Amino acid sequence: MCKECGCELGGGEVKLGGHSHAHGHEHHHHGDHAHGHIPGPVPGPLTLNLSRSLMEKNNRLAERNRGFFRAKRLLVLNVVSSPGSGKTTFIRETAVQLAGKLRLGVIVGDLATDNDAAQLRTAGIPVIQITTGTVCHLDADMVAKAAAQLELDKLDVLVIENVGNLVCPADYDLGEDLRVVLLSTTEGEDKPFKYPPMFHSANVAIVTKSDLAVAAGFNREQALSNLSRVSHHAEVFELSAKTGAGMTGWLDYLAVQRAAVTNQ
Amino acid sequence: MHEVAIMTEAVQMAVETARASGAKRVSALRLRIGQLSGTVPEALQFAWDVVRSGTMAENARLEIESVAPICWCATCQAEFECQDFLNECPRCHNWSGDLRHGRELDIVSVEVN
Repeated sequence: MCKECGCELGGGEVKLGGHSHAHGHEHHHHGDHAHGHIPGPVPGPLTLNLSRSLMEKNNRLAERNRGFFRAKRLLVLNVVSSPGSGKTTFIRETAVQLAGKLRLGVIVGDLATDNDAAQLRTAGIPVIQITTGTVCHLDADMVAKAAAQLELDKLDVLVIENVGNLVCPADYDLGEDLRVVLLSTTEGEDKPFKYPPMFHSANVAIVTKSDLAVAAGFNREQALSNLSRVSHHAEVFELSAKTGAGMTGWLDYLAVQRAAVTNQ
Repeated sequence: MHEVAIMTEAVQMAVETARASGAKRVSALRLRIGQLSGTVPEALQFAWDVVRSGTMAENARLEIESVAPICWCATCQAEFECQDFLNECPRCHNWSGDLRHGRELDIVSVEVN
């Protein structure tokens, strides 16, 4: 049916307005007005409404990951921070101190090199490196492919060490249970204000390198106040992975979270 | 930085939609981007110029609707305009982090012909 007048646009001979002609082109009559046989207008632009999220594909894959990880009874962490905040050392010490209680595996994302993976592997931790090239974040698809290379049945906790970047990873759900953001004492207290989407989206905020706080002139009260404003719903821990100070609270929290996943 | 990835996805969705409707090209693409989405309109525009080339959307125009952040106050049961992720309600002065708008990264529509 023609969308202009509702007439049936068919082939063959049709009779319209007192004369007949073959329908070799898009043309039809509305009345008894005089006209020449010129081709009909080219169809104008058509607006198609979508109203869909641009993150839809990633979000769908992330939900698939989440379901898969849940079935494997894994607690999955997405660890994010700026470069050099101590993600790798923090993850390594978490794994080492959990040894004998919980088995931890790691997916590491970096633009280049497998230095972080090598460091973790040396400590006996199962690890898969994702080298993203120019991509500044991990996405759910990369995580799914990397996870397939780990023996997940032998793990209790899967840690995804994201690319060091406080901007882009904020928008990408990977299918994690908890998003853990690190803020090191050497970075400055105002990081949560500078990168609010990331800090706001975190379930856990960890102040790392507490052993360097004095040397760096770190204003602890200010940092915690800033965190409580932007990451107001997040659990906050202060620790030094290097000295071990404050690690117990974090490890106990992790054990509780893992038990919660198992009981679901 | 991830504006390229986001724009690539937008162009892909537009091209798939155009193809499914039997159109020959995409003439316009309309996005709705929240001001707290973590993406910069200028960077999206830059990415757009790169990723559309060689596609059905090569000569399309890009329209970006910017969405101001809106927060929800549970005490007043009302929305209020805000600037940030955590905001003080101008009526009751309680704090709220319940953002109702401002994080959008949506494709609204495509114009095809």
